[in-house]
Amino acid sequence: MENIICACGHSNPYGTKLCEKCGRPLTEEGKQTKVVDMRYDGTAIRSKTYNTTIVDKIWNFFSNVKVGIALIIITLVAASIGTILPQAMYVNAPEPSKAEYYEKVYGVLGKLYNNLGLSNLYSTWWFQILVGMLAISIIVASLDRGLPLHKSLKNQRVKRHESFMKRQRIVAEGQVPNPDETLDKVEQKMTELKYRVRRDGSALLAERGRFARYGPYINHVGLIIFLAGVMLRLVPGFYVDETIWIREGETRAVPGMDGYFIKNNKFILETHGDKPQDEQMNQGVNAMAKNYQTDVTLYKQPDGALPGDIDNLEKLRDYSIRVNHPLKESGFALYQMNYRLNELRQMNFNLVNKATEEDSLGQIEIDLTNPKKEYDLGNGSSVQILIYTPDFDGFKDGEPQTKSSIPNNPAFLFRMTTPETPKGEVSFVEIRKPPLEPLGENKYRMKFAGAEMRNTSNFTIRKDRTIPILFVGGIIFMIGVVIGSYWNHRRLWLQVEPDGRVLMAAHVNKNMFSMKKDLDTVTTFAGLPPYEDQLESENGKKSTKEEEGDNTL
Amino acid sequence: MSLIDISGNLLFVAFIAYLVATLLFGGSIKQSNATGKNTEKWGKVAIVVTIIGLLAQLGYFITRWIYAGHAPVSNMFEFTTAFGMFIVGAFILIYFIYRVTALGLVALPVALLIIAYASMFPKEVSPLVPSLQSYWLTIHVITAALGQSILAISAVAGLIYLLKVVDLTKASKQRFWLEAVMFFLVVVVGFVAASSIFNMMDYDSTYTYVDKEGKERQIAYQMPPLFGMNEYKAVEEHGMSPLVEMPALINAKKLTTVVWSLLVGSVLYLFIRLIARRRISAIFQPFVKRVNLQLVDEIGYRSVIIGFPVFTLGALIFAMIWAQLAWSRFWGWDPKEVWALITWLFYAAFLHLRLSKGWEGEKSAWLALIGFGIILFNLIAVNLILAGLHSYASA
Repeated sequence: MENIICACGHSNPYGTKLCEKCGRPLTEEGKQTKVVDMRYDGTAIRSKTYNTTIVDKIWNFFSNVKVGIALIIITLVAASIGTILPQAMYVNAPEPSKAEYYEKVYGVLGKLYNNLGLSNLYSTWWFQILVGMLAISIIVASLDRGLPLHKSLKNQRVKRHESFMKRQRIVAEGQVPNPDETLDKVEQKMTELKYRVRRDGSALLAERGRFARYGPYINHVGLIIFLAGVMLRLVPGFYVDETIWIREGETRAVPGMDGYFIKNNKFILETHGDKPQDEQMNQGVNAMAKNYQTDVTLYKQPDGALPGDIDNLEKLRDYSIRVNHPLKESGFALYQMNYRLNELRQMNFNLVNKATEEDSLGQIEIDLTNPKKEYDLGNGSSVQILIYTPDFDGFKDGEPQTKSSIPNNPAFLFRMTTPETPKGEVSFVEIRKPPLEPLGENKYRMKFAGAEMRNTSNFTIRKDRTIPILFVGGIIFMIGVVIGSYWNHRRLWLQVEPDGRVLMAAHVNKNMFSMKKDLDTVTTFAGLPPYEDQLESENGKKSTKEEEGDNTL
Repeated sequence: MSLIDISGNLLFVAFIAYLVATLLFGGSIKQSNATGKNTEKWGKVAIVVTIIGLLAQLGYFITRWIYAGHAPVSNMFEFTTAFGMFIVGAFILIYFIYRVTALGLVALPVALLIIAYASMFPKEVSPLVPSLQSYWLTIHVITAALGQSILAISAVAGLIYLLKVVDLTKASKQRFWLEAVMFFLVVVVGFVAASSIFNMMDYDSTYTYVDKEGKERQIAYQMPPLFGMNEYKAVEEHGMSPLVEMPALINAKKLTTVVWSLLVGSVLYLFIRLIARRRISAIFQPFVKRVNLQLVDEIGYRSVIIGFPVFTLGALIFAMIWAQLAWSRFWGWDPKEVWALITWLFYAAFLHLRLSKGWEGEKSAWLALIGFGIILFNLIAVNLILAGLHSYASA
């Protein structure tokens, strides 16, 4: 592709719209319009220049702002579809029956929603591809436009051609009596207004806030860093997400954190003294809760200890884990997530003669998480636990079944041996039910003698080494957005010929209102001819006088 | 008088001040047919009254804060009231940049409607659930609301722009949708009217019903039940029985409220149309006849660029920091989070369309209205319909 030689003699790269040196429009279109398009300052944009090879085509596709906006809108619509019904992770049903839940609660719509994968929309391949395409679009479009813009802004000449200046939105033409004095005065005033002023013979360029042009590119860099951080979570070691249930009094290894152990000293639930509000109860939020807290002790194995060796733990510290106050340790954090109150911990039974009831041959205390096989009561009596089901759920093929390993509904098959019944009697005991005696009438029975309860806490253990990356991305994004939004790039070109002929032009990338204030100030001070807003006068001609508008309204 | 009573009274004062200021802004524009000086004089009085109103509402905010012991942004009433306050604040900010009085004539009624809407929700000071007990409640919610309010001003400017440019003499899509916006505003009035009337009548009927998970629950209606909950049974019924029973998936109480609001709103709307013998848009059009379109367009754009970074900071960045602390993950695709993201994406699209595709003027004005629609959806629908982790804000 050939370079474009401007009338001023400067050789511009192919695709340039406004001469890099003097600003003359180089395209037919540019020469025709009254106000020239100042986006990217008229530099050659790759995507607007080449479109032959496959690479060009892909590049052009992603750099196209129309495509970018379309991707934003598609992402937006897709994201909204995911909120029509709750996502599977928020559905109040155990994992395997979630599909049933959708159908049962939401009917055909729910079934369809779940079957289409919309109940896990945000982790579907197509949603992630969409976000990925958005990221590519951000990168390509920023490179495509940011680099040429930077080059052009860096190499700005002071003197611009008349055809460039006259095609700016703000233009003023006229005569001044004293050319040098006018230039000096403009320089003085614009410097006062914090513009950087450069002069070249009869020409002057005053510029302020150029860095604001970099705002969008900076925020795009921030976004890309953020998205890269999110993707890094897939790399092993960057992201740990574990969960643990731990009962009061228990010490357990912390999953995901090698060598760390945690002891649950006490779980505390405090409530506000109010009665619950219906609405909140409906939403499943416990409005009465005031505090969920677990007092824990964190331990660490000494260096070189064998895995599972918990005899010589070093105590690190005590901490109260509360909502909003996770326990933090070497990059990990433990969050209070859930709890279960009043779980059975221990059940006590007396071995009694059915006839006398009162005389006990002794008491056994069964630790429900770790029951012994046999309890010797002395004096020739003993109790064996043949079968223990922590969460009894009926019999199947004559065998007692358990729903879970949590002692919600403990049941036992005991063999009771006494001097009177040396062969032993078998009895099946379920909580709050009369005992079953499968092998015939017994003389003795196990009489319930109280239970001890305890609470259980649930923590999430999280390590997210991407957080610092996300943080940096977020900060860069904010900086970019703020400088792109709260500052603007203002330029004023002035040419005062020795014969007193004045040509002034001004450009601002946004916020023309403030630019005009500056222009008013400098025009009055330096006695410049009044300027014209070519966009406004263009509109003004179309409308009647009444509609022209009043700035005070 | 206790602190909470003072607080309530200050809110009332603010409401009245905004109402008076609206009339003054209207007057300032009407007067402008005579001279520009009159506009300035009336406009000055109007803005002073607005500022007095804002100070009174700040007083409400601070006294309630002291009384409750936490920033009063923790339930629907508190948050929405604060949102109205921030809209007034954002309007005052933009007013002092551009001095466009017509803005007040739209911004203040919008704020009034929002505050009136808010006061239909329970006003009790409620204690905080554990997840809300954090200084991030103050930081996140206030910044997010502030961002939304500044963005709302762009819709205000957009509405003014459209009121001026849309030709109301010929049938067109634009005329229809502009009037639809007006109708929506009247429906909000309808909601406030219906709620207040039934509230004054102390209306209360209680039913039991079976929820979508098959559990039996109880619900109290504060409006005569047009729709009954799934398998409802009256516990204590007044006046009327539900006309239709709804499936478990639909909250018939909320549907009843919506339909009552629509009914009362429609009656009000027809009444206005009959009295004025023209569209509501046409009633307002003369007020904005003389606004400078270029300037209004710039105000709309400017409020988006001022509001967008604030919104990003409050509704996304601070939100993520807090979510990481309270829920152990910075992002969880909760409906409220998703809709904050949608709002953000929408305004990002708005800015790109404007910068690259030259969507200025009328197109930009419509987009600003849609954007505000999304913000309201996130405030109202997401809290009340799409239950999620943020649903403590529903009461």
